[in-house]
Amino acid sequence: MSDPGQDHLADTPTGMPLDPSAPDHAHWFDDDAGPVVRPYAMTRGRTSHAGQHRLDLIALVVAEPAADDPVWDMTLSPEHAHILGLCRERPQSVAELAADLDLAVGVVRVLIGDLVDEELVHVTRPVPPAELPDESILREVIDGLRAL
Amino acid sequence: MAFGRFSRTGAMHAVSPVEPLTLKILVAGGFGVGKTTLVSAVSEIRPLRTEERLSEPGVGVDDTGGVEGKSTTTVAMDFGRITLREDLVLYLFGTPGQDRFWFLWDELAQGSLGAVVLADTRRLADCFAAIDYFERRAIPFVVAVNCFDGADRHPVVTVRTALDLDPGVPVLLCDARDRESVKDVLVGVVEHAMSLARERRRSLSAGA
Repeated sequence: MSDPGQDHLADTPTGMPLDPSAPDHAHWFDDDAGPVVRPYAMTRGRTSHAGQHRLDLIALVVAEPAADDPVWDMTLSPEHAHILGLCRERPQSVAELAADLDLAVGVVRVLIGDLVDEELVHVTRPVPPAELPDESILREVIDGLRAL
Repeated sequence: MAFGRFSRTGAMHAVSPVEPLTLKILVAGGFGVGKTTLVSAVSEIRPLRTEERLSEPGVGVDDTGGVEGKSTTTVAMDFGRITLREDLVLYLFGTPGQDRFWFLWDELAQGSLGAVVLADTRRLADCFAAIDYFERRAIPFVVAVNCFDGADRHPVVTVRTALDLDPGVPVLLCDARDRESVKDVLVGVVEHAMSLARERRRSLSAGA
């Protein structure tokens, strides 16, 4: 890959000489520099949740009766409480929660996993991958779309 | 809809009477072809945007001219929701346009009913990648030609030939801004998925 004559320079991660004046390393300001709070700070650095299968974007997060106790609003982190509040109104898909909280899907998955552990919510599994739902359901989808 | 607001102090009550079944249809196609417009035309919520932050996976295959130093990217996926019934909710996901986010497509495609490949006859080549993707994974899809104002109305046959489509793949003309038209496209996807599933079952039982 690298030019043999340049071997001595090839040990930087990009294979490029580290030259602070190079335009690639130009300064990032404001939004270009990324968020002030790194995305996974809210999950205390966790990027996945132990013992939890990867939640589908359309898996629904449903509040458990225990979630109604107002004490949770005070003891949970604001993000956890926000998710719980939304799910108490009605079941929410993982994608909707991520959009509402304006957080990356990966972050929201970890937070939902915490709430599952606390038994404050449960998650419904959508139709198993590589399997179409029943023909009767597909018919209902068609009828539902036509009736919109 | 019939989701009641539940008293938060009530001693006993069910959390929710129904846990809806959720389904999804993907909307793919080139950049600027009208994916978000199509989603907005039928969604009951204004299209939401969810983001996934990526670090390494994209590096190396990316065409990141000018941003080589940046190791994280944000991929946005637009999506909409259609509550068909209290217990049946359909989500539409616009797939991220750039080819390098195939692995996100994999996640989106998992468990989806099928897909719409939205095409613009002025830039048909933009949807080749999406068609390839769905063909290879045997995901049911229809091609919907978005009839932009001013674009030539190519007959469906011409589009089909130009895209070298399998004869079974439906090609529809649509207006991504028009709710009725988009409804027809979505019905087309589900009908196509249903007939493919039936065929598959038939060939399985014939082979047995």
